[in-house]
Amino acid sequence: MAQKKYWKGLEELENTPEHQQIVENEFQQELPVLGDVSDKLLGAETPRRDFLKFLGFSTLAATVAASCEMPVRKAIPYAIKPEDITPGVANFYASSFVDNGDYAAVVVKTREGRPIMVEGNELSSVTHGVVSARVIASTLSLYDKARLRQPLVKGNPVDTFEAVDTPIKQALAGAGGAVYLLTGTVLSPTTKVVIEQFRSKYPNARHIQYDPVSYNGLALANDATFGRNAIPSYHFEKARTIFSLGADFLGTWLAPNEFNHGYNLNRKISAKNPDMSKHYQVEAMMSMTGSNADERATCKPSEYGKVAAALYQAVVSGAAPKTGSDKLNKLISSAAKELKNNGLVVCGSNDVNVQIIVNAINNAIGAYGNTISWGATSNYKQGNDKEFVAFVDAMNAGQVGAVFIHGVNPSYDYLDAEKFNSGLSKVGLSVSFAERLDETAEKCQYVVPDHHWLESWGDAEPKSGHYSFIQPTIAPLFKTRAFQDSLLTWAGITDTYHTIFNAYWVGKLGQSAFDKALQDGIIVTEAPVASGSFSGAAVDGAIAAVNAYKGNTDGQYEVLIYESVAIGYGGSHSNNPWLLEMPDPVTRATWDNYICMSYKTAKEKFESELTLHNQVDHKKRVLKVTVNNKEVELPVVVLPGMHNDVIAIAVGYGRSKNVGRAAADLGKNVYHFGQYTGTTFLNYNVGTVALTSAFYPVAITQTHHSYEGREIIQEFTLDEFKKDPNFLLNKRKKELGHYTTLHWEGHHDEHGEDKSSAGEQALKHDKDFEKNGTLYPVHEKHGIKWGMSIDLNACTGCGACVIACQAENNISVVGKDRVLVAQEMSWIRIDRYFSGNPDDPDTIQTIYQPMLCQHCDNAPCENVCPVSATNHSDEGLNQMAYNRCIGTKYCANNCPYKVRHFNWFDWNGADSFADNLYQDGRRDDINDDITRMVLNPDVTVRSRGVMEKCSFCVQRLQAGKLAAKMEGRPLKDTDVQVACQKACAGDCITFGNVNDTESKIYKERYEENSERLFYVLEYLHVLPNISYLSKIRNTDAIVAKDKEQDVFQVKNL
Amino acid sequence: MPTILSFLGIIKSITKNNSLVFVQLRSQSLVKRTGILFLAAIFTLLSFGNYASAQDAAAGKTLFQNKCASCHHPAKKSTGPALKGAVDRVPSKEWLYAWVHNSSALIKSGDKYANDIFLEYNKSVMTPFADLTHEEIDNIFAYVEAWVDPNTPENPNESGAAAANQKDNTWIYAIATAVLALLVFILSRVNKTLGKVTNEQRGIANRKDVPWYRNRVNIAVISVVLLALAGYWVANGAMEMGRQQNYMPEQPIFYSHKVHAGINQINCQYCHSAADESRQAMIPSTNVCMNCHMQISEYTGDQLYTYEGKKIDGTTEIHKLYEYAGWDPVKKAYKYKENGEIDAKPIEWVKIHNLPDHVYFNHSQHVAVGQVQCQSCHGPVQEMDEVYQFAPLSMGWCINCHRTTEVKFTENGYYQIFEKYQQEIRDGHRTGVTAAELGGLDCQKCHY
Repeated sequence: MAQKKYWKGLEELENTPEHQQIVENEFQQELPVLGDVSDKLLGAETPRRDFLKFLGFSTLAATVAASCEMPVRKAIPYAIKPEDITPGVANFYASSFVDNGDYAAVVVKTREGRPIMVEGNELSSVTHGVVSARVIASTLSLYDKARLRQPLVKGNPVDTFEAVDTPIKQALAGAGGAVYLLTGTVLSPTTKVVIEQFRSKYPNARHIQYDPVSYNGLALANDATFGRNAIPSYHFEKARTIFSLGADFLGTWLAPNEFNHGYNLNRKISAKNPDMSKHYQVEAMMSMTGSNADERATCKPSEYGKVAAALYQAVVSGAAPKTGSDKLNKLISSAAKELKNNGLVVCGSNDVNVQIIVNAINNAIGAYGNTISWGATSNYKQGNDKEFVAFVDAMNAGQVGAVFIHGVNPSYDYLDAEKFNSGLSKVGLSVSFAERLDETAEKCQYVVPDHHWLESWGDAEPKSGHYSFIQPTIAPLFKTRAFQDSLLTWAGITDTYHTIFNAYWVGKLGQSAFDKALQDGIIVTEAPVASGSFSGAAVDGAIAAVNAYKGNTDGQYEVLIYESVAIGYGGSHSNNPWLLEMPDPVTRATWDNYICMSYKTAKEKFESELTLHNQVDHKKRVLKVTVNNKEVELPVVVLPGMHNDVIAIAVGYGRSKNVGRAAADLGKNVYHFGQYTGTTFLNYNVGTVALTSAFYPVAITQTHHSYEGREIIQEFTLDEFKKDPNFLLNKRKKELGHYTTLHWEGHHDEHGEDKSSAGEQALKHDKDFEKNGTLYPVHEKHGIKWGMSIDLNACTGCGACVIACQAENNISVVGKDRVLVAQEMSWIRIDRYFSGNPDDPDTIQTIYQPMLCQHCDNAPCENVCPVSATNHSDEGLNQMAYNRCIGTKYCANNCPYKVRHFNWFDWNGADSFADNLYQDGRRDDINDDITRMVLNPDVTVRSRGVMEKCSFCVQRLQAGKLAAKMEGRPLKDTDVQVACQKACAGDCITFGNVNDTESKIYKERYEENSERLFYVLEYLHVLPNISYLSKIRNTDAIVAKDKEQDVFQVKNL
Repeated sequence: MPTILSFLGIIKSITKNNSLVFVQLRSQSLVKRTGILFLAAIFTLLSFGNYASAQDAAAGKTLFQNKCASCHHPAKKSTGPALKGAVDRVPSKEWLYAWVHNSSALIKSGDKYANDIFLEYNKSVMTPFADLTHEEIDNIFAYVEAWVDPNTPENPNESGAAAANQKDNTWIYAIATAVLALLVFILSRVNKTLGKVTNEQRGIANRKDVPWYRNRVNIAVISVVLLALAGYWVANGAMEMGRQQNYMPEQPIFYSHKVHAGINQINCQYCHSAADESRQAMIPSTNVCMNCHMQISEYTGDQLYTYEGKKIDGTTEIHKLYEYAGWDPVKKAYKYKENGEIDAKPIEWVKIHNLPDHVYFNHSQHVAVGQVQCQSCHGPVQEMDEVYQFAPLSMGWCINCHRTTEVKFTENGYYQIFEKYQQEIRDGHRTGVTAAELGGLDCQKCHY
């Protein structure tokens, strides 16, 4: 509670002089526009004359530019208008995002035949409308300039498909040796049909599936314990106790789009129903999922097996765990007790032995048939590590005649890429279907690019019996061909994939049911209910094996490679500027990969040289990591909550230059730090770390917007909340009581117990404070008053809202250099606060708080604007008129929430002077003619020199109101859904008309969750239209800093 | 301000009178306009007064324009026959109803008259209007029978007389002012000279004469005036920047809205069909043009002239359309590309109404919800051979309309939530609610 100290970064905790300085000086740079000019001016011999020259020139230039004749604009209609397109009206198509095994059911918004927004499909029984940042950002990848525009033969573009078909057919006919079809996980049933047809023509063809981040260990463990080489369904919605051993299931593990929904259902809480799930996390690094855990402890990745074994023994026999860490022991024994209440244990390890023990725990707590089900299998990951290694060996032995590679990129993401490359060079015929010239495609003889998923027909079966369809939402932009059609052509089959696809589904469902399924995007058919029976034979062997595992020794570190929430495994996401500039949920760093290291290790082992924990200084010391004689030099970022003996590095960076301008040579590739156990790939290894003399800037956004220590978060433990649900409400009333009820209105009578309900009290408090907290009369608000409520308990920090906002509102990408000087433009940011003792990673607790324009009814920004460019609307919006803005930035200076962003440069070519476009060499493709097709035509593209900020998606508000007016009925909640609300995986954003007592927002604030309601910096009387619901943590311990003794203590409540 | 208000008043009276007659608002004085409107209203009423079912004819007019006008003209043959007199020509009223509801069925039934017409009009099938009631069909024909060619000058002297009554007196005032100014100048000179003479007589030294252009007071006054004028000019010029009222560019095809919307009475939304559902009103694609122009390949109306006075051959312009639409007028068939698509290319019209990028305007909001007439903003398009930008499309112009225009407050259920205004209307404190009172002046209603 109050004694808990939150910090965004360690420098804020320590309050270093550099940090103080930066807080004082919010704009971290001299006026950048005048940078060169002012130097020249002041250094000149006659600066006054030069100044006059500049003045004269600019006046003249402006006059000339402005007095030019109006350009003649054309209005070009369709020659023959497609029947279902009306210019200016958006069409929505149900489709599916499929990126190998990564899946989400989506609805694609198209305008005049081009997709501009991807949102979740709420009809889906699998993902329930959840989409990750990567799914939303895939529209930008569709328009990526780096995509291949035609087939390549030995690196040279050819204009026709015949030019590739003929030689490939010939080579296939004469291919000596085996023919291999190498793909990622194939979710599509009809693609499997096509592959079978291909194989019936070439009987010696083999199909191998490969996952760069392997889950093969999970399937093999199930084979050992259930006799099923597959992955079951996990039901997080049923799990009341979750124990995750290094699995980032909300961010990257297996199927986060599926798990988020179920997980968050159990994180919703109110005073009437004060119950929530309990989430334990034991992990080596600070993952996004770990940061959301109620109880968290760290261990090394090599110890996952020992922790699992200790938990197994604690569950089975109640034996006290002996892991060598007190916190971990305590956590395991308390989890062992609670897991029997609808428990679920998941583990991120790809080690078969570890997963066998995890299966044994799940069996012992009765998870199978309850929180884990074999009724439907999860098909997301079907890669087979052993087969792939054998394939690489076969290539090197010259036994492979032809290889077709789809969706995967082993030259980049295989741990022994060199061996793969040398093998590939020995293959007679190598064909890639890559959409861009990635590291593997570069080395293939033929590249026949596949369509983007937004241009394709297709289907997916993410879980057995749950089908999902892909509809094309745009005609192919380039000369590309569906990968299935290429296979069919080469197999000499005249049917196209689309006819096979249609025949398959019409045959299976019937025409009308198929039409409906295509419109809905999904269909669930009765799958045969299968169950597995657990056999514990392998468990003892597995426990013995994991207890023998050796980790690092002194002077060594365990090096963990992980998928970042934004970029994931790599692929096309590596070149997506939206994702590259999206701050990592935990480190808040953009545009790079880096070494995550604990505070203690950084301080003690590298103290003399490192820039310590000082995040203000962007220059990070570069360290050299050596694993098995492979060296990588990367900057270090101190991350509280990391295990002291572990360093973690994200994959997906360090791409070759052909992948795209944004990705080229950004960061380093660390896939080769993985290891192969002989059965599966593991994502960690042991290595050494050494100092270098170099420094490298990392653009970290976490301390860009300082609240200077003001209390802006409200957090309680579950027990506190149960004991006194009205604590927060009473605290607000006590703090502002003198303003809400004036003395002459009978304030002295208020000290008695208030008998009214919490909702009534909250409503009265809000109304009274608005009226009595000011000298001015209250502005009447009838009709509509927009409001938003954000539930801090359901926010996992995933960043989907950030990307959705960026896609919806044409928000500029500014590039790394500009992020370094705090000029990022994102309208919604997710502030991450730590609390706890940075020296002890097990005490770190994390909170996320989405922060966006609060649309204050008494907004401080509005009354300082000299030209009234920002002012208040009748509906409670704090509106921003770009063309009135003259760029004084007074509003940003006066905003207590720091949510206003200034266009320092012309990011998007919207300026009236063509040559002012900002270019940094990396982000520039975003202004390409093709890439600009992603822009939302209903939102102005801002030019240089104007302020911007969240508009509450006013274009959607207007459209929703218009729809209601056209039908002549009052507005409903469903008419208007803002982009961040729609994207939120945890449904933590509620939006609507507060004046409507039937609306969800009104009910949330004044009926259902009034106890947890608070406004950030409420006492300023700025009257925000965004309210928050306090964070409730299901734990009995908080970490507080004793102010007098200046030491951290764990307080057990 | 007053001019704009009165201008809006006129718009209102135009819509209220439901008159066909529009005037050249740009060049005529207020009084004159009102006079003409008054006369026009009387004229319209009179012309409808000849028939018993004036009300029916009015209802029929809307129906005719929406359903029939794209293929039928009251008095001329177009895609279909001229409708005036059709009631008397056809075998019976029942036959007429049957034909309108489903002509194909009637033709198939072997009806001779039906088959004759079918053959006469190149076997083009008339769209069935099964949803039209008998009464509605009667209304349509009541209107058609009552129809009078608006181009026939019924009484050419009337408007002329109105103009004659309004003589321009400006020049009389100008001369009077000039004479008075001269008088003042002469008198002041006389006064000055007399003063000098008196001074000389009294022995007082006369002050040295400073020429007027070196007089400090004069210089100061003139400078201030010049500066003020320059400021006014610059500010006005700056405000006008980017505006293009009266912009009338030359188009790739001389498409006369007067011929289509005026003389042939085609409803605006027949071609601009997205106006009531979308942000854009939409310029029709060539296949929409071809709905009628498959049949109409010649222009037989009055001689067309460009603004500069050049003669235009309508038939040539129609053939330009055929070029774009991929239509072979000789074979009367479309030309096809290799991939089976019609070999059409879009017509690159020059855009007349340009709003800056930071302005969001939605047609459907105004047309479907606000039920604003197209002519309110686009002017008398049905009178324009070549379309020009009628309104200034400035922000002040938008705002003024939002200030004065009342929304359909009681008719549209959406506005129920504005309880305060609803109560005031129930209590009789107000009669309506303007767009401005509902936040119609907020920046983010149009700028986002």
